[in-house]
Amino acid sequence: MMQGAAPFVPAATLPAIAHILWLVPAAPIVASGTIALLKQSRRKASASLAIGSLSFSLVLSIVAFAVTVREWAHGAIVRESFNFIWLQFGDRTVDLGWVLDPLAAVMVVMVSFVGLLIFIYSVGYMAHDENFTRFYCFMSLFAGAMLGVVIANSMLLLFMCWEIVGLTSYLLIGFWYRRPAAAAAAKKAFITTRVGDIFFLLGVVWLFSQTGTLLLYNHGAGSLEGLALGGLLRQHAALGLSAASAIALLIFAGAAGKSGQLPLHVWLPDAMEGPTPVSALIHAATMVAAGVFLVARVYPLMQIGAPEHGTTAALTVVTWVGAATAVFGATIAVAQNDIKRILAYSTVSQLGYMMAGLSLGGIAVGMFHLITHAFFKALLFLGAGSVIYGSHEEQDIRRMGGLKVDMPLTFITYAIGMLALCGFPLFFSGFWSKDAILEAAHHSAAIEGPFYFLLLGVLLTAFYMTRQVCYVFFGYWRGHELAHESPKVMTLPLVILALFSMALGFIGTPAWPWFHAFLEGGPPAFVIHAFADSRLLALMAVSSLVVFLGLGLGWRLYGDRSPEPEEPDVLETSVPWLWAGLCDRLYVDELYGATAIAFYAWWARVADWFDRRVWGGAVAGVAWAFGLWARLNCLLDVYWVDGGFDKACDELSNGGGLLARVESGRVQSYLRILAVAVVALAAILFWSDRR
Amino acid sequence: MTSAGPQLTGYLLVAAMLFAIGLAGALVRRNAIMVLIGIELMLNAANLNLIAFWRFGAHPETLTGMMFAVFSIAVAAAEAAVGLGLVISIYRHTYTTDLDRMNRMKG
Amino acid sequence: MNAVFYLLAVLTLAGGLAAILFKHLIHSALAVTVAFGGLALLFLQLDAQFAGFAQILIYIGAVAILIVFAILLTHGSELPKEGVFSRSWILGLVIAAGVFAVLAWAVLQSVHAAPQQSAVPVVSVRDIGNALVGRYVLPLEIVGLLLTAATVGAVIVAKHETGRSR
Repeated sequence: MMQGAAPFVPAATLPAIAHILWLVPAAPIVASGTIALLKQSRRKASASLAIGSLSFSLVLSIVAFAVTVREWAHGAIVRESFNFIWLQFGDRTVDLGWVLDPLAAVMVVMVSFVGLLIFIYSVGYMAHDENFTRFYCFMSLFAGAMLGVVIANSMLLLFMCWEIVGLTSYLLIGFWYRRPAAAAAAKKAFITTRVGDIFFLLGVVWLFSQTGTLLLYNHGAGSLEGLALGGLLRQHAALGLSAASAIALLIFAGAAGKSGQLPLHVWLPDAMEGPTPVSALIHAATMVAAGVFLVARVYPLMQIGAPEHGTTAALTVVTWVGAATAVFGATIAVAQNDIKRILAYSTVSQLGYMMAGLSLGGIAVGMFHLITHAFFKALLFLGAGSVIYGSHEEQDIRRMGGLKVDMPLTFITYAIGMLALCGFPLFFSGFWSKDAILEAAHHSAAIEGPFYFLLLGVLLTAFYMTRQVCYVFFGYWRGHELAHESPKVMTLPLVILALFSMALGFIGTPAWPWFHAFLEGGPPAFVIHAFADSRLLALMAVSSLVVFLGLGLGWRLYGDRSPEPEEPDVLETSVPWLWAGLCDRLYVDELYGATAIAFYAWWARVADWFDRRVWGGAVAGVAWAFGLWARLNCLLDVYWVDGGFDKACDELSNGGGLLARVESGRVQSYLRILAVAVVALAAILFWSDRR
Repeated sequence: MTSAGPQLTGYLLVAAMLFAIGLAGALVRRNAIMVLIGIELMLNAANLNLIAFWRFGAHPETLTGMMFAVFSIAVAAAEAAVGLGLVISIYRHTYTTDLDRMNRMKG
Repeated sequence: MNAVFYLLAVLTLAGGLAAILFKHLIHSALAVTVAFGGLALLFLQLDAQFAGFAQILIYIGAVAILIVFAILLTHGSELPKEGVFSRSWILGLVIAAGVFAVLAWAVLQSVHAAPQQSAVPVVSVRDIGNALVGRYVLPLEIVGLLLTAATVGAVIVAKHETGRSR
């Protein structure tokens, strides 16, 4: 077909590509398994395997993406799935499968591309680490699992890959496991996401029991397709919710855990204990985005039953949780002093934006921000890693400063990322994606409040990012040794990501909503008149104003000054109580500690007491009984058996002694015995004769 | 019931008594030589038994009883010689003929 | 007849009894000689002349002398300190009595069945000689051998060992 345009796609059709799509996650997983068998010293081999396999996945993903674009350009509804039966019991089956549709195509390219850049970056960043091979083994496993989540067509397969993603997150956060802080952070991440995953599993099981299938798309028979959805809608759960909404909310709970939404966000900042590439890949670009992706995936479930110009209960919950999270994360980020923690809370905040975008504007709005965020957040994290590397493992921003001179390339790329995150108008992708969300929030007739929340979040985002950049790059150096620029292997990915952070915006502008059309299946029209909409322009102006306000405020307070590390922050002096609260992350961890964890500790004590006293007592009792029995046997043995035996032996030897007395050695006694014997014999003979 | 009956019984009884006396002597006295004397008496009692049965039994012309007795006497003599020689030899080693003290065969 | 028998019986038994009861060994030896004599006479009374004279010759003439010699050579004239009777002499007596009882009972019970013969057998020395070399030649030769061995053995046993003892 389109031979000239895509020379590496000879005769690819959508079904053919969908058939081999499983290779995309399989390649990194196989690489991970192979690396696990390599020795620690084979660093080059492990890095090559990881990068090579992910490159292969990238190439295949690009092919799949191209094919999907081609099919969509023909106006077809693009969705090709490949399913197969995995287990069969009775007349019920458990199916697995994967699907290739615009959502999956976009995600698979993004994950493998950003992942590949981070893999290359890690060659430089982890060069001094002795556990190089282990790092690449886990990273490859993660990449494979994430790609599996993205292409999964079966809720079971999705859940399995979801869990593997969680596992690798645990392994990678606790990569430097000898540090107690890292080990504790890994545990916290795993347990917190587990809480979400339980609800997720409940949702999956409920879905399976209601619809009878775990497949999402199965040529009309899938659980996200019309027939099943209609049934779920008619089914009533509790609290006036339909089954569809209830299941959607349960699945959202799982997404909230993975994506760090408000009650379950506590693990994300602690996850910064892992190496910076891990933070970049997992906790910025991909894993945390998995939650958002999941909501997008099951969007039909969330959306079904929405009245005209209204929204469902599930979507309302998602919106408010997202909006709250957006503001919450942004406020705490203002008071943090660790370069990565600021970015972590920023991620929490942006994830809130994505969720709000999904629920307010649909799949495309949320996913667009997800894609742009992946690029500029990865850029920011890798830039932070470069800063940490260059300033000799320093992570406190109060001990940095003036790095725009010492690390120019890092500074430029970091600045691009920061402006994209803030949503600086026009040239940065963040502006377009965030604006799409703000527009959807503003247009939403049903829910009013979130718009103002999100706008506040924009202000705070600009403010804290300016604060961070001023502390790190402006002013003068306050650290110990002089800083230096990072090697090319680390700065090259930064440059690539910076370019994308700027360029990606253009596929989602209102004038040319290519991305939205691609995801939602409409025609891609380049409509410059869209800018003529006054409401749109007004909104763009308002958001830009807010951004400038935030930037200006930040510059005024922090500017070129570089206060000594021991000096209190400017805001701290003005509103100390607020600062203290923000510094302590608004006491959410303490709340958990006082309630859930305290209860759990109490329960553990009860169980321990029970175990030691009751079961332990029972076992000890049995042991005591056995001991008693053994002692009884011993007594029996010693006194009765042994005693009897010994006595018998004594008697025997006494008897022997007695008998030996016959052998007196005296001839006369022998004679006597002879005589007696003869007499006896004679008597017997005579007696018998007489008879 | 002829008059020979009581005679045989008498001789046999005398022989029995003599035998018992000889046995008593062998069993009761301490001295080794006394034991030999007792044995001689027992042998003599047996000889008397033999002769008595020869005299009052069937076919005395075959001389079985007498021959037996004669041989018995000869053998008894030989035995007495050897036995007494042994006693003398033991006396030379242990300076005693007291049988109660000769218990080296004890056990 | 019977009176002579009773007399001879008493003589023999008395001699035997005396032999075992006397304290001095020499007296016992003499008493046993009397017993031997009594027995010889009993043999004569039973018409076993050859046996009687053989008894006198051998027993009184050789065995008794031998006994006396043995008493002499073992210093039998010295009386032992503990007494001449063994510690458990009652037991020996009882056993002997038991033996006598059995024998006597056997004798008294069984003689009724034995055929009685009162004809006096005429035995000449010629007959005895013929019997010795005829019917009893084997026992004769063996006895000769035995006597030789006994003589040699007695000499070996009883002779002084050169260089040892004392």
